[in-house]
Amino acid sequence: MVRGLWRLTWLEIKIFVREPLGVIGTVGAPVLVFVALGRLAGSRARSNVSNMPRFASVDLPIFASLLIAASAVLSLIAIMAIYREGGILKRLRATPVRPLTILSAHVLVKLISTAVTLLLMILAGRRYYPVDASVPIVSFTLALLFSTMCIVSIGFLIASVVPTARFAQPIGTLIIYPLLGLSGLFVPIESMPPAAQAVARVLPFTYAVSLLRGVWHGEGWSRHLTDAAVLAVMFVVFLALSSKLFRWE
Amino acid sequence: MAESAAIHVEAIRKTYGPTVAVDDVSFEVRRGEIFGLIGPNGAGKTTTMECVEGLRKPDRGAISVLGLDPARDVYALQQRIGVQLQEAQLQKRIKVREAVAFWSSLYPKPADGDRLINQLGLSEKRNAWFMTLSGGQKQRLFIALALINDPELVFLDELTTGLDPQARRAIWDLVREIRQRGKTVFLTTHLMEEAERLCDRVAIIDHGRIIDVGTPPELVRRHCPERTVIVATDDPAASARFAAVPQIHSIAGDGRRFILRGSGDDLVTQIVQCLAEHRMRVTEFRTEVPTLEDVFLALTGHAIRD
Repeated sequence: MVRGLWRLTWLEIKIFVREPLGVIGTVGAPVLVFVALGRLAGSRARSNVSNMPRFASVDLPIFASLLIAASAVLSLIAIMAIYREGGILKRLRATPVRPLTILSAHVLVKLISTAVTLLLMILAGRRYYPVDASVPIVSFTLALLFSTMCIVSIGFLIASVVPTARFAQPIGTLIIYPLLGLSGLFVPIESMPPAAQAVARVLPFTYAVSLLRGVWHGEGWSRHLTDAAVLAVMFVVFLALSSKLFRWE
Repeated sequence: MAESAAIHVEAIRKTYGPTVAVDDVSFEVRRGEIFGLIGPNGAGKTTTMECVEGLRKPDRGAISVLGLDPARDVYALQQRIGVQLQEAQLQKRIKVREAVAFWSSLYPKPADGDRLINQLGLSEKRNAWFMTLSGGQKQRLFIALALINDPELVFLDELTTGLDPQARRAIWDLVREIRQRGKTVFLTTHLMEEAERLCDRVAIIDHGRIIDVGTPPELVRRHCPERTVIVATDDPAASARFAAVPQIHSIAGDGRRFILRGSGDDLVTQIVQCLAEHRMRVTEFRTEVPTLEDVFLALTGHAIRD
């Protein structure tokens, strides 16, 4: 199982890299957004630190990171839909590969692409948005991968129910990006209308933002145990749901 | 010695909502033969095959494949069977050799992948992406993948659909080679010519039910015993002379060219004898033997492609 998982993951990474559009969309877009925003905010940051909006000064890395996770998940939804429609999933299921191995390989590919994108982002954005030496990059990366896993499980849920590959990307986008808007990143949760607050509280993005923010600012994981626990529970719930609903063909 | 069958299917039934896809289907595939499940699209061929492969579970009935229950022992079974699915695809940008290498890594005792690539005429396409292969090359790759674990039993679902006649013939040769290596082949097709040329035995399926099972010549004899002989002759007494042959049931024609219908293995012999006896000058002589296509029409009342 482990050998098959590693081989399939490696194979899928190679196949993913061979598609230029997919790589640009998944890895390139978040990096470009980060650099562009960093350039805008960064020049202002250098001239007048106190005037800098909170979003640009504090939350830009968080936003960019979530964007990475979101685009990884969107690409997962699209790939699953294409694989299903093309009968690739079914063909793999007629081999001794366990279904869990196939799904795990795709999650691994997305986690690796997330980590690589984060690294590229830090390198490319260095000039405009120098990352403070005090930021615990390794811990932050782990927090991001942890959050991505949970968001990926929503992706599987969406991938389980989208009818055709043609709709996968638009439906995924329509679901994921509004969720991002409710995450408390742009508008503090407390100042949202009660209904939106209630929705935000059951969405993983809210907890992901809280965790990522905390870790970025050097707070330990121990102070965000609730966030981590909620994300973990949601991961299990979404995965269980999608394993019930997932269609192989 | 009666060796146990490779596949034994007993009264299976499978419904999708109100649609009955397969109804009370029973048949047996013997070891070492090419067995064809033939019928039009939507007749239940693929559903039946996928139940046998363990990819679907029948609602009722029993299946035994190489002594295993595909619903229960699917993982044990997958080690011993090779599968080619209808209209399957691979990742667009996977290379031929990568697919073969990955597939062979899944089995404990794989066949030699490079040799398979060569045998199936794909050596020049080793490094080509799947999306760049032609239809025939894709099907040959799928055959390679189906043979990668050196299986005892190979499933081929609509193997040559969409291929041009030349690629189709090449694939037929490959399937015969599979049998020559001692493997059992279970295939589905809606092409009667394919079934006739390739299969040792066929089961005809229509609307989810098996109508008859046998070798193609057996089925033809059983359901379309009538033979047709077409003779052109300038003998003025021809019509009367043919009428005297007891095996001929009907005579049609314009006085020079006759269409003689009758039944029985003796029909052609008797006609030849009649021609020789009366020293009739023959300018055309042709016999028409019914095909599985005719059998299908006779059994179901409709053509296989309508």
